[in-house]
Amino acid sequence: MLTRRLHSPFALKDKFFDLDFTLLFSILLLGVISIFAQYSSSGGQFDYHSKSHAIRFIVFFFFFLSISFINIRFWNDYSLLIFILLILLLVAVKFYGVQSQGSRRWINLFIFNLQPSELMKVGIILFLSNYYHKISSSDVNKFKYLFYPLVALLVPFMLVVSQPDLGTALLILISGVVITWLSGVKWRIFAYLTGLFIILAPIAISFLKPYQKNRILTFLNPDADPLGAGYQIIQSKIAIGSGGLFGKGFLNGSQSYLNFLPEKHTDFIFTLYSEEFGFVGSVFMVFLYFLITFRITQIGNITRSIFGKLYCYGFATAFFVYVAVNMSMVLGLLPIVGAPLPILSYGGSSMLAMMFGLGIVMSCNVYKNNAVG
Amino acid sequence: MLSFNSSNIISKTKTISRRMFLISSIKTVVLLGIFGRLASLQINESSKYKSLADKNRFRESKIAPPRGIIEDYFGNEIASNTKIYQLHITPETAPDIDALLFRLKNVLNLSNQKIVLLKKKIAKRKSWDTTIVSDNLTWSEFSRVNLFLHELQGAQPVVSVARYYKDNNSAHAIGYVSEISPNDLKTKKYLKNLNIEGVEIGKTGLESSLDEQMLGSPGFLRYEVNAYGKKIKQVATDLGTKGKTFRTTLDKNIQKISAEALEKVSGAVCVMDISNGDVISMVSSPNFNPNSFVHGVNKDEWRGLTENIDKPMLNKALSGLYPPGSTIKTLTALSALENDIMNPQQLIECKGYIDLHGERFHCWKKKGHGVLSMRNAIKRSCDVYFYEVARKLGIDRLSKTAKQFGLGQKALTNFKEEKAGTVPNTKWKLNEIGKNWYIGETLHSGIGQGYFLSTPIQLCLMVAQIANGGFKIKPRMLVDRNNETNNLQKYLDYKQKNPNDLNSIEQQIFNFGLEPLFRNQENINFVKEAMFAASNEAGGTSYRSRHSDKKFMFAGKTGSSQIKRFTEAQREAEVKQKDITYLERDHAWFVAYAPVQDPKYAISVLVEHGGSGSSAAAPLAKKIIKKVIERHETRTAQTNQQLGKNI
Repeated sequence: MLTRRLHSPFALKDKFFDLDFTLLFSILLLGVISIFAQYSSSGGQFDYHSKSHAIRFIVFFFFFLSISFINIRFWNDYSLLIFILLILLLVAVKFYGVQSQGSRRWINLFIFNLQPSELMKVGIILFLSNYYHKISSSDVNKFKYLFYPLVALLVPFMLVVSQPDLGTALLILISGVVITWLSGVKWRIFAYLTGLFIILAPIAISFLKPYQKNRILTFLNPDADPLGAGYQIIQSKIAIGSGGLFGKGFLNGSQSYLNFLPEKHTDFIFTLYSEEFGFVGSVFMVFLYFLITFRITQIGNITRSIFGKLYCYGFATAFFVYVAVNMSMVLGLLPIVGAPLPILSYGGSSMLAMMFGLGIVMSCNVYKNNAVG
Repeated sequence: MLSFNSSNIISKTKTISRRMFLISSIKTVVLLGIFGRLASLQINESSKYKSLADKNRFRESKIAPPRGIIEDYFGNEIASNTKIYQLHITPETAPDIDALLFRLKNVLNLSNQKIVLLKKKIAKRKSWDTTIVSDNLTWSEFSRVNLFLHELQGAQPVVSVARYYKDNNSAHAIGYVSEISPNDLKTKKYLKNLNIEGVEIGKTGLESSLDEQMLGSPGFLRYEVNAYGKKIKQVATDLGTKGKTFRTTLDKNIQKISAEALEKVSGAVCVMDISNGDVISMVSSPNFNPNSFVHGVNKDEWRGLTENIDKPMLNKALSGLYPPGSTIKTLTALSALENDIMNPQQLIECKGYIDLHGERFHCWKKKGHGVLSMRNAIKRSCDVYFYEVARKLGIDRLSKTAKQFGLGQKALTNFKEEKAGTVPNTKWKLNEIGKNWYIGETLHSGIGQGYFLSTPIQLCLMVAQIANGGFKIKPRMLVDRNNETNNLQKYLDYKQKNPNDLNSIEQQIFNFGLEPLFRNQENINFVKEAMFAASNEAGGTSYRSRHSDKKFMFAGKTGSSQIKRFTEAQREAEVKQKDITYLERDHAWFVAYAPVQDPKYAISVLVEHGGSGSSAAAPLAKKIIKKVIERHETRTAQTNQQLGKNI
């Protein structure tokens, strides 16, 4: 039955109708909104950010579609290879990376600068889903089988922390922890590791760069230093709050135009959007992100393979965490750690990683009835 | 086995689903938290934040950084900065913008038109952006503004800096700056952060090519304001970084002499150091006042510049394309000798014309030169002799030599307006025109007419590379402090001190790491010697403009590029150049090197519609060469001083 479907001339057409159109159109809508938001962030000019953002979105959207039609088995088989490749890229960044504003995060691929740590956000989920797919549920809590995931989590974490990029490193760590926890690792073990972490934290903090320490301290009391790091949080809150119920209108966000937000096209894009479209627009945006998370979880529910389930649940959670962390950050609920808002923020590597991750989710949907090796 | 596997999958699925449910619940809680926060900020506390935003305590204004300076070789400023007085207005700080403009109109005598323009400009921009009302106030206007300042709320008198050029002599080489146009913003990415009201950017010449480095990085002024936008307290200042200063190879004194020499004519002068390609002088005439563009050129002046038939805005030294005329005979001769086509003793008779395949080719001298050797043919610039040389040589070999010596390609790297010119050959004609080459065109090319097109800088480079003994040099206009070793100069000095060195030329080339353009250096020496004869022996084409003092003695070649060929009737009537209309007269060329004994500099002079090279161009070259040689010692001292700094 299955082989016949694969070889039938209608195979691709059939598969096309297996796509999850709610998810597909949500992503498309988000992409369109993001281009408008970037247009506004460049002060109403298409040339700077919006043009390259639009081109990236279109290219990566087709990339996303093509990944959707690759059998989920392929991603299971090659997840270890992809993970190792990403580790190698992270090591390469250490030595040959492009330096910018004090941190070494990018690798020059001649056409564009790639940030491997962004791709690692997806890579860790792929690898751990595959790992827990393979081992038996009775082995999950055995020491031998705990060791590998721990190493797989700590190596990329340390590599990214040392770039230095605390935000991305924490997001990678959270994505991995979620998968291990979903797979049935006992509460107790997490409790032990957290305990160990708390004991080691003061030592770890001594390794942090002064600006990173500052950010944590600033978060605790932003009004203490209104012109330093707390400045951004205050300005972001003023921008969002002054947006009111319906916002100031497209291209009319006075706070954003005053250039108080240094990263308004990347991490603070939601601030700009929220100021211009108000509470109604923001709620719509949050709803759109929630819808995407919800659909990914649904795909996880109907996928038969453990790999697919773990991957979808893991990615749904990670995606939600990125959104929640970024929004909490600009709303003043979390310290500023440098986490982009998926798809909306400017940045090629982040968009590539998200579209790649979503592509595999879609592949889970298209091949939901396939067994995986 | 199968049952184990499926039970394993079932137990795994159970755990995963149970735990995912828990995560989903947590997500819902977080989501509610974000909703709550949004609601509290945007609904409950919205009015508080709105008022905070209205009188947001901080304002930021960008400060344009001072532009980098362009100096000559001795550190004299060619393009510098000067203090200017401006008047800015910030609409949000003015209680009534129309009243303010009305008041300003009276204080500064602004025209109604200007006020309308300003109103349009202000309407387009945000209320906290500053708009420049007047960017170059005189001192009396500035003091009047300060006197009435209490009535002019919303206006700020500002002291700023702007580009200033002391003279017009280097207007073409240096270029000019002007305000940013919408097109600049599209094409020049580096302007993104520099789009500050009042910033001028380079439009032509070095100002344009070095623009990004000379602009520097902008500073900012962050200050606290009250609810009316009035400045209360300055909280942070960053003056930005000044743009980079560049030192050129130009000599301001020689620029002045060159500009004076060209004052009454339309043309160009290039002077080059033959050992390293340093451009010492580059002047195009007529010139323009680059200061006029800094604050926006006025319509009449612009019309005057664009409608002038002598094209003052064109840098003729780099972008003016002219047939090289007889100056190319140096290369025609050299190419024939290098390819063993001719020997210098070969005699050819000039009867004033030759006939080839039914077409008649005339010598400029109607009566003919009689029987000539190659040396005399260069000295007296006989056309018939070189028709014969070109016929034997063929266009492809001539074109190869011409390209080797720098024709047909851009000589400098810093000028986007520079033209490459044309060195024709059979392949070129087939590609560009789509027709086969015919022999008559070879004859025209042999005396530098026809398809040949070159710029004054190229011909200067050509002569420089002949004068230095036939070695390749790379012309430049910027001093590169990290790369000042000059092997060719060492070789030339060595040769001057040891004229009887027994080492073969190959050995010397190797020792000094040189790049020769010749097969046999004797041929280069022959051409140099023939140029000497042309300038310093009776009967030579530039004999009348010679320097008899050995110190200034030069060797040169005249030339004229034909605009319109004479008709047979005109030729019969022996019409003189000065009798025909200005625009139909030939362009006059003169190229030379000096001093003869120990060559140091090459020069090319072009006079548009000047008639003949010997009467129009050579006398100008004579004046300039004298000054260049007089300045030689000062320049050497400066070079040594710079080298000393490096070591």
